Amino acid sequence: MAYLVQLQKQFDDYRASLFNEGFLDDQFEQLQQLQDESNPDFVVEVVSLFFQDSERLLNELATSLDQQNTDYRKVDAHVHQLKGSSSSIGAQRVQRVCIAFRNFCEEQNTEGCLKCLQQVKHEYTLVKNKLETLFKVSN
Amino acid sequence: MEDIGARILAGDHQVQYGQNQRTKIKALVVDDNMINQALHRTLLRNLGIENHVVGNGREAVDVHCSGRRFDLILMDLDMPVMNGIEATKKLRAMGIQSTIAGVSSRSVDENIQEFWEAGLDDYQQKPLNFPKLVSILQKVNHSV
Repeated sequence: MAYLVQLQKQFDDYRASLFNEGFLDDQFEQLQQLQDESNPDFVVEVVSLFFQDSERLLNELATSLDQQNTDYRKVDAHVHQLKGSSSSIGAQRVQRVCIAFRNFCEEQNTEGCLKCLQQVKHEYTLVKNKLETLFKVSN
Repeated sequence: MEDIGARILAGDHQVQYGQNQRTKIKALVVDDNMINQALHRTLLRNLGIENHVVGNGREAVDVHCSGRRFDLILMDLDMPVMNGIEATKKLRAMGIQSTIAGVSSRSVDENIQEFWEAGLDDYQQKPLNFPKLVSILQKVNHSV
């Protein structure tokens, strides 16, 4: 019994750390409130959609920025999508990089954009790993 | 009128807007982002609101041309083919008097004047959540 209590505490601490370290914000809590008996897998489903969509967008971004003449409007459109999705699930750090990314797009600053792409990939990978861990542990 | 808003904020998931088909509120979600579509759909469904989803402003206009009507339209701003401003203008020009709530990632300080002037009844900054949706819905009830 004590062991279960300890496990629960570890889970709660881990979950709390994701919020404290800024990986997730209140919007993630809002998603959890939408989950109920009639919709028991909502959070996992929406987060999975986010993973799929993000991976597609990151590939598009890498391709677009690899062109001779970068179409910055296209790059901006993709970043806008990624910003929207990350904001909707509460992936705060990903969203923040997207904001900086869009500024570089506006300036047509290739170096800035490439740096942001690396950063956003990094933040995306981090939050993906953490969410996957969270889902594994909560099952 | 019962304070449905307060019940929702207190975590009452049994609240339903409209207990039978006759009075059930119908909503249209207009957004090109899949994650937002899933989120907005679920927010509405959890409140017992019948909902239909389209991916851009042109599809929103087309669904009205086919004769369907909604009590509430959640209208995104930046969408391909036809954006939220154009779609709102077109719907108002068609005589659509539904409550149209602009839902966009732009803050109220950024340039959303044009969006308002297109014919919005309300505006909420994304991401959408229960409190924001309840705030929008209070406009729908009052206009009935």
